[in-house]
Amino acid sequence: MPFKIPDANEYDKYAVVMKGIVKKFPKVLANDNVDLYVKKGEIHAIVGENGAGKSTLMNQLYGLYNADSGTILIDGEAKDISNPRDAINVGIGMVHQHFMLVGPLTVAENIVLGNEPLVSSENKFLNSLARTADLFSLKKARKEVKRISDEYGLEVDVDAKIEDLPVGTQQRVEILKTLYRGAEILILDEPTAVLTPQETEELFVVLRNLQKAGKTVIFITHKLNEVISVSNNVTVMRLGKVTGRIPTNETSPKELANMMVGREVLLRVKKDVHMPKEVVLDVDELSVKDNRHLMAVDKISFKLRKGEILGIAGVAGNGQTELIESIAGLRKSESGKVTLKDVDITSSAPREIRELGLSHIAEDRFKYAMVKEFSVAYNIALGRHYRAPFASSGLLKGKDIDEISKKLIKQYDVRPQEIHIEGGSLSGGNQQKMVVAREIDYEPDCMLVAQPTRGLDIGAIEFIHKTMVELRDNDVGILLVSMELEEIFSLSDRIMVMYEGRFMGEVKPDEISLEEIGLMMAGSTLNEVRGISDEK
Amino acid sequence: MDALIAVLSTFTNPVFYKLTLSASTPLLFAALGGLFSERTGVTNIALEGIMLMGAFSGVAGSYIFSSPWIGLILAIISGVALSALHAYASIRFSANQIVSATALILLAQGLTGFLLEPIFGQPGSTPIVAKIPDIHLEFLGKDSFLYKMIGSLSPFVYLAFILVLVAYFIIYKTRLGLRMRAVGENPEAADTLGVNVFKIRYFGVIMSGVLASLGGAYLSIGELGQFSENMTGGKGFIALAAMILGNWKPKGAMFACLLFGMAEALNEQLQSNPQLAIPSTIKPLFNLLPFVITIIVVGGFVGKTRGPAASGEPYEKKG
Amino acid sequence: MKNNKWIKILIPIVSVFIALLVASIIILIIGEGDLGQRFVFLGTAYSEMIRGAFGSSSALMNTIIKMTPLILTGLAVGFGFRAGVFNIGAEGQMTMGALAATIFAVNATQLPSFIAIPFTIIVGMLAGGIWAAIAGFLKAKTGAHEVITTIMLNWIAYNIANWAVTGPFNDGSGTPKSPEIAESAMLPNLLSSQATFLSFGIVIAIIAAIVIYFILYKTSMGYEVKAVGFNPYAAEYGGINVSKNIILTMAISGALAGLAGTLESIGLYYRFYGTLSSGKGFDGISIALIGQNNPIGIIFASLLIGGLRTGSNQMQFAGVPKHIVTIIQSIIIFLVAGERMVMTLLRLNKKKGVK
Repeated sequence: MPFKIPDANEYDKYAVVMKGIVKKFPKVLANDNVDLYVKKGEIHAIVGENGAGKSTLMNQLYGLYNADSGTILIDGEAKDISNPRDAINVGIGMVHQHFMLVGPLTVAENIVLGNEPLVSSENKFLNSLARTADLFSLKKARKEVKRISDEYGLEVDVDAKIEDLPVGTQQRVEILKTLYRGAEILILDEPTAVLTPQETEELFVVLRNLQKAGKTVIFITHKLNEVISVSNNVTVMRLGKVTGRIPTNETSPKELANMMVGREVLLRVKKDVHMPKEVVLDVDELSVKDNRHLMAVDKISFKLRKGEILGIAGVAGNGQTELIESIAGLRKSESGKVTLKDVDITSSAPREIRELGLSHIAEDRFKYAMVKEFSVAYNIALGRHYRAPFASSGLLKGKDIDEISKKLIKQYDVRPQEIHIEGGSLSGGNQQKMVVAREIDYEPDCMLVAQPTRGLDIGAIEFIHKTMVELRDNDVGILLVSMELEEIFSLSDRIMVMYEGRFMGEVKPDEISLEEIGLMMAGSTLNEVRGISDEK
Repeated sequence: MDALIAVLSTFTNPVFYKLTLSASTPLLFAALGGLFSERTGVTNIALEGIMLMGAFSGVAGSYIFSSPWIGLILAIISGVALSALHAYASIRFSANQIVSATALILLAQGLTGFLLEPIFGQPGSTPIVAKIPDIHLEFLGKDSFLYKMIGSLSPFVYLAFILVLVAYFIIYKTRLGLRMRAVGENPEAADTLGVNVFKIRYFGVIMSGVLASLGGAYLSIGELGQFSENMTGGKGFIALAAMILGNWKPKGAMFACLLFGMAEALNEQLQSNPQLAIPSTIKPLFNLLPFVITIIVVGGFVGKTRGPAASGEPYEKKG
Repeated sequence: MKNNKWIKILIPIVSVFIALLVASIIILIIGEGDLGQRFVFLGTAYSEMIRGAFGSSSALMNTIIKMTPLILTGLAVGFGFRAGVFNIGAEGQMTMGALAATIFAVNATQLPSFIAIPFTIIVGMLAGGIWAAIAGFLKAKTGAHEVITTIMLNWIAYNIANWAVTGPFNDGSGTPKSPEIAESAMLPNLLSSQATFLSFGIVIAIIAAIVIYFILYKTSMGYEVKAVGFNPYAAEYGGINVSKNIILTMAISGALAGLAGTLESIGLYYRFYGTLSSGKGFDGISIALIGQNNPIGIIFASLLIGGLRTGSNQMQFAGVPKHIVTIIQSIIIFLVAGERMVMTLLRLNKKKGVK
């Protein structure tokens, strides 16, 4: 039976109804008239690609954001949720993607923080003494936490320090936080993004226990296997709109991938076959740790040739960032070797690597790729500010900087066409064009390109894609990382799919479908997807 | 050999221990103050300035009202005022906490030097004023070793060490302390649970003002009986080093302050020891020691000991 | 874009204004008599100050004499700020520079002027530069906060200098001062009037400002310094060595402060005084902030502070202790640090209610 959209008089059977939610941010319409219906006691999944608007929607349910328009009904009653306290008061608890935990404090302390029990006693005098002294009863806190933990089957060591705990356990603490405050509706934002498969299974057991105890669970995810595993109903979002609602047992990962990714006309750039030349970048068993000292890149190996575009597909957070940073010299690697044009650059500094002929379009342009206080001209000079054509003998060549900058911003249509304004005053799309212009002007042999068209309009995207193909035809080797599958398919000669720091397989774009690659991005190997048994 | 005996004799001299305690006292007040502020996530390096204001206000109060106790109250008020400025700028306006604190140190130096003539009629230093009387433990016997060591200490000394216990209690045993620690490590997490980050930070900074001013007051109306320009002589910074060395914990700060205090006492004893006959030309170099140690601590230990993670970062609400 | 530039100039001007206002209130408070008398007192104080700073040719010369080291310490702190380092150690770097330069200059009797003077200057700048580089190195390698390390180095420098001029480097007179420097090392004078003489030092200071301006705006080094100060992540991404730049910036900063001390020695006192702890290093902080870390702004700011300092000597005779200048400066620094305070005051901060 397909998903039935309830009438208003049935709303009291629904734990959560969000109707007509509109949320606008300065440069994007994050939620475009979204309706959500979650029955009491069900496990409901919200799926979609990055940027679909799922987190934004849930943040409004929890009071972290306020909707521009729309209504929220809890158990059929309209509620005004303007901040987390309000949400907690109506029984909503949220476990964020980035945990809100205090590292050096213990599990018990983290859970009761803000609602700590006081030391109390039978003796009235001692009692008031304890109140004035604001005595915190760690004993009571531990007892209460243990009780809840046992009740819901969430095992934790109440005295352990958060920072010593593995991520899966930390997540349990976050869940316990909500239960301690009496949450009946739990929101989990990408709960398995940081879990191992083992921890994911444990989490599912917990979710089913919660359901048995009468709680309602909403979780956001892009991992389709998990949706099938544990949810009752699914809402699919894409680009701020709801594109599908379906009971889980009536759908399949394939169908969900379709609704997530869309059947729009693919932006395929005109691309002839081009013969790649010699290897320009050789990555051999590279392992890199992320900021939390977890292995983000796990013995990755590949060869990039001049004159080809190698695309790395994958959901954000599977090690692509760390891989690119490591190759560019911005992050130390744990083991393995990186060779650029036969030179070992594994431990080289960014400047040496650039001088060897590598340029890099960074994923987080605001933090890495530009200095917002510098002028456009100065930003274009970044990285070559000490040598030709922008400087000689340590002196900046102002005229040349200006001339070249003017030429580039015209060529790449950066608006406004002013080279002396602050880089930070440009819109996001124009900033990106400026960065792309600069990195291409390096005339590199090898380019690392991460999210090159994020935030750009169709015209700009086409232009950048065309330029990249031209570069390829001029024998530049391009390593492309993108969360936009169309872009990967459009540009790449070869595609590798990255999941949890490992490659799930290599394919050619015309030999695989969007749905299949979606499954690989969600954790299946190429063989599994092709239906061949995966014997090791 | 004689030199070695002379040095060792210092440790058998009860005065050495008394000097250690009194040298540690101002440091301890300031270090505990710094602790309260930093634990909530606000860096307060203006301790030097607050101490100076406390020292001055203590003497001013004692002079004008003929009572060192009024001086004490004035000292605390001045500490609250100065730290309130820092709190307001840092918490409400996300000011650069280092620059703000530096300004306040300068303000204290300028203000105290400035007011000397208008209030006391003479520049540079004040006349002697009434001090807070020492506590005499006559029952120990006036000639005993114990008496010479701890028999006539200022009440400030007792207060300082008691405050170590109080600080420990507040930070680790109360709800306020738990929230303080949370706010200093991850203010956003605390905020999502409804903890008022800003109120807690105001509390931390004002406490640092109260405590540091007490440390300064000790120097003037607790020990010397007068105020002279810049009499704190860098003690506020040494207190910061002690706080870092003590790993931002009350007990650790106490031991670190005792260490610095002992160094100062040792320095003084050795210099005044006739048997050692240190040439007067070398003596000033001994004064360098606490500062060199501070650099080594700050340079060497900052990486190894861990301060509150959010210290120094202004907190602003999002969305 | 245009707004930005105006705001940058407006904030320090408003801060100076507010500081003077507060100082006026303080002066009113310590004045005697009724309100009218106090206002007269205030007026007298200010007129005395202006007279002392600019009222006669010798007053003007005194102001310019004071400006010389201030331009340099202002440049020192300002240059550091550009790279994101807060150099409070200009005081100690100045002392070490003056000490080293004087030691060299005292012994330069055999050298002709055209060698003695440049070499003395080089020695002084090296001493200051190395003294600052210690803090820079610690910051780059261990993350040690440069504020604490430079302040400690200030105290150490002070003690070393004291020991030197009371001990091995004393001129034999019993007062803490060094022997006089060799004549060949003395800077020639530009002007003299009655008992005041203005050395060539001011020219050197202005040349230094021009050089720093040149470095900041015309060289790759200046580019890197600014990049590191604005966004160390992007700087690293653009191939800049952040550690090296931090140390180098501190070294240059210290060299400027060392130059300030050197010029005081070879251009003004012709010896090193143990009590030279003059506060000029700290003045550099307010000068850098008022001048918004720009060499041209710094020259103007040092004129302001130099005038205040000279004028305050005259103010003393009117009954206002010269510490008033320190108070004024501290308020300026405080307001520039909390610039949002000033902006809110001027209702420029309409966006994002920071609460």
